[in-house]
Amino acid sequence: MINNLNILLPEIFLTLSIFSILMIGVYIKNSFNLIFNLTSLIILLTLAIILNSSNNVEKIFLESFTRDSFSNFFKILILISSLFVLNSSKNFILDMKLAKFEYPIIILLSILGMFFMVSSNDIILFYLGLELQSLSLYILASIDRDNLKSSESGIKYFVLSALSSGLLLYGCSLLYGFTGTTNFDLIAGELGKENTGAVFAMVFILVGLAFKVSAVPFHMWTPDVYEGAPTSITSYFAVVPKVAGLAVLIKFMLIPFSKILMEWQTIIIFISIASMILGAVAAIGQKNIKRLLAYSSIGHIGYALAGVATGVISGYESTIVYISIYVVMNLGAFSCLYLLKKDGEYKENISDLSGISKKHPILAISFLVILFSLAGIPPLGGFFAKFYVFTAVVEQKMYALAIIGLLTTVISAFYYLKIIKTIYFDASIISFDNTKNKFAQLSIFISCSILLTFFLYPSVLSNVVDTLFLN
Amino acid sequence: MDFPILSTLIFLPLVSSLFIFLSKGQNNNSAIYISLFSSLATFILSLFIWYSMDYSSADFQFIEEQSWINDFIKFKLGIDGISILFIVLTTLITPICIISCINSVKDRVKEFLIAIMILETFMIGVFCSLDLVVFYLFFEAGLIPMFLIIGVWGGPKRVYSAFKFFLFTLLGSVLMLVAIIAIYWITGTTDVTQIYEIKIPKEYQNLLWLAFFSSFAVKTPMWPVHTWLPDAHVEAPTAGSVILAAILLKMAGYGFLRFSLPMFPLASEFFTPLIFTLSIIAIIYTSLVALMQEDMKKLIAYSSVAHMGYVTLGIFTFTKQGIEGSVFQMISHGLISAALFLCVGVVYDRLHSRMISTYGGLVNYLPKYSFLFIVFALAGLGLPGTSGFLGEFLVLTGSFQKNYLVAMLATFGVVLGAAYMLWLTKRVIFGVTKNDQIKNTKDVNKSEIIMLGLLALLVIFFGFYPVPLMETLNVSVDNLINNYEIAVQTKGLN
Repeated sequence: MINNLNILLPEIFLTLSIFSILMIGVYIKNSFNLIFNLTSLIILLTLAIILNSSNNVEKIFLESFTRDSFSNFFKILILISSLFVLNSSKNFILDMKLAKFEYPIIILLSILGMFFMVSSNDIILFYLGLELQSLSLYILASIDRDNLKSSESGIKYFVLSALSSGLLLYGCSLLYGFTGTTNFDLIAGELGKENTGAVFAMVFILVGLAFKVSAVPFHMWTPDVYEGAPTSITSYFAVVPKVAGLAVLIKFMLIPFSKILMEWQTIIIFISIASMILGAVAAIGQKNIKRLLAYSSIGHIGYALAGVATGVISGYESTIVYISIYVVMNLGAFSCLYLLKKDGEYKENISDLSGISKKHPILAISFLVILFSLAGIPPLGGFFAKFYVFTAVVEQKMYALAIIGLLTTVISAFYYLKIIKTIYFDASIISFDNTKNKFAQLSIFISCSILLTFFLYPSVLSNVVDTLFLN
Repeated sequence: MDFPILSTLIFLPLVSSLFIFLSKGQNNNSAIYISLFSSLATFILSLFIWYSMDYSSADFQFIEEQSWINDFIKFKLGIDGISILFIVLTTLITPICIISCINSVKDRVKEFLIAIMILETFMIGVFCSLDLVVFYLFFEAGLIPMFLIIGVWGGPKRVYSAFKFFLFTLLGSVLMLVAIIAIYWITGTTDVTQIYEIKIPKEYQNLLWLAFFSSFAVKTPMWPVHTWLPDAHVEAPTAGSVILAAILLKMAGYGFLRFSLPMFPLASEFFTPLIFTLSIIAIIYTSLVALMQEDMKKLIAYSSVAHMGYVTLGIFTFTKQGIEGSVFQMISHGLISAALFLCVGVVYDRLHSRMISTYGGLVNYLPKYSFLFIVFALAGLGLPGTSGFLGEFLVLTGSFQKNYLVAMLATFGVVLGAAYMLWLTKRVIFGVTKNDQIKNTKDVNKSEIIMLGLLALLVIFFGFYPVPLMETLNVSVDNLINNYEIAVQTKGLN
């Protein structure tokens, strides 16, 4: 067994590093900068370890932990997006006086939790990873503790999330009760037989997961938490836990629930359609950009779930492509928010963007690219994300889902256009400070370049994703 | 592989927009020169392609293929006798737009030129693509620059019009996207030439045809989804209106010819009565509406809807005259409507009004302008000797072979067309000068004479000598009709 410990190397390294920098934080005063930089370094090192590890399927600890190309891909995605979220928000953190040394450490802890989630092959390990991640997120949501809105969002998130975790845990215990095992592979074997009780378990687990990825009807917390939490945290919420949540969802569909396809497919189709519609309609009236992005992310989760709803590998692949492009778009969108600084205050209202195209042409054009991409207009990256998903959906002859999905993109195009209208058509009101936020600018640049040039060689992403399901 | 001449043609404007972006200098002069130079280069390149292609073959030429999305969708380009005409029209109109914006666009000139150049890339792309997904990509992408052109540089109600334009078109096209994906799963390819060979099963054709129709009908625009067009035209800046009328509307007609007809011949036959009805309504109803307009741009916009009615009518007659007439009508309408919008733009730049009532008696003070305006108005109503006549004449000839009633009603539209155009001319050019401002208004300047004169020459030239266009079209249209007739006779069975 000791020889096999290298399977766990990224997790072990991450855990030990967290402990060490926690010590540094405790013993050295005003160590935020140091810890922040160390965190980035740790993320990079973990990334290097994962990139160097092999992609063969290996299981350890009574087959409760898997390392394969699937989990590695998601770990890499989680690490890269965390790195960008963290670094582009550094100026914001300093300006908003959130520079507590625990901040990056808690982020690392949540990353660790997500690592276990995506690697788990066992209900118990999965639940532990999920809880580690959730607990970290509760703290992060309320990290601006003197701010009423932030504390409120933290409490809201905690109460609702604890409830959903309870449901999920109940589902897990039911699943154990009906199948007599906690291992994913063995559960899959048991579910091959007639097993009505397991369907109940599946519903509860789906509810829990739908909450974590904020799919309708378990989305209520999203707008409030997105708006209340500091922007740096919101951008983390919008990207990283979604990736992990979808990965786990796909994994559940792929292994333990693969035999009860019909039952969960109906639920996912409903959730997907509901998310797409709500995400499109509810965002129209929003005035706060973060709230709007919350609803937009609900809509995007709906599209991603449409790929899962197909119940075939090509559908899961399209979901992974979708979520990867979603990550790129949201990183860019949130990085733009870090540049909207006026007299030391960060602006969050759509009306504040009025006419910025005159004074900040580069920022405006970046916003333009990202928003059109979110709306799914070709030739930008967002179009290809939708194209892959709907190709998979139509392949399964789910025409209704495809048509509803594409019609909601028209509705959602309306509110993205509204922002573009504010930026380009309206009169200029304020000009923002010339912030020197190099990393945010860099991530906007990278995001826009990816979205703009994706059409030249769209297969690059799907070729990688294709390899994830080979074994 | 040969030199990728079509890709060069498509991406030349895009690359030049990058240079415009980087250009510096006073008064945006360098930006204007770069865009003018590159659009002229594109025009010359397209003429070269036209010259060097082989009209006697109905096959697609200059084919380029690149693997693109996961091996199964290829980035495929190619042209035939029909598409080259639209490409040349696009590359001809773009430099004219750039010249026109020297006079009319004062604010953010650089951005405007970038938008126009990017739009040109997408428009050429639409006419070159031989793959459904590539076509959809270019077709939809054109919305972005056009949305900005209307919204940023447009008139007072620009926001409403830009949104209406964008959302109408997008709503139509998403159904086409579903259809494209469905076609992929039915036939296993999105390569147009392969789909021509495979033949889509009969039971799918009607639904797929309707999905494509929903997109093309909005874009054409056909009654009753034409309402975005007058709004968009009225609010768009001159160059935007010109591109919209001259090229964007033609994408739908081209789409019918390239996709609906050859891919779904049985459905096309089945839905012919629908198209005939809508076309006739478009021709007669919108002509009547045009008659009552107070706003010159709106009048021309409604006349565009009526003229596009002839185009759809001609295409669905499935006769050689009808289809050739339609293509000819599209090209000629591209020239005439562009010229009419430019004419409106000329006086709008001077007097800042589009209302017919502002003008009157222009002939006394702006003789050159009046002459050009009358030429285009007469061409617009289809006076023999102008290109407007031939297109309508051929379409009517084609439709008489199919349905007398439809043809007679369509002929009635010609009379209405004469009515609104002549009345417009009477009210704007002739009559008493009520507005004193007109007395101090300058006549057309050099750049305006170049643009309008060139268009006038072309309109008259093609009116007398349409052979170059017809020769280019001939074999491709024959091939289109042959394939259609075989498909209808065999009921889609191989």
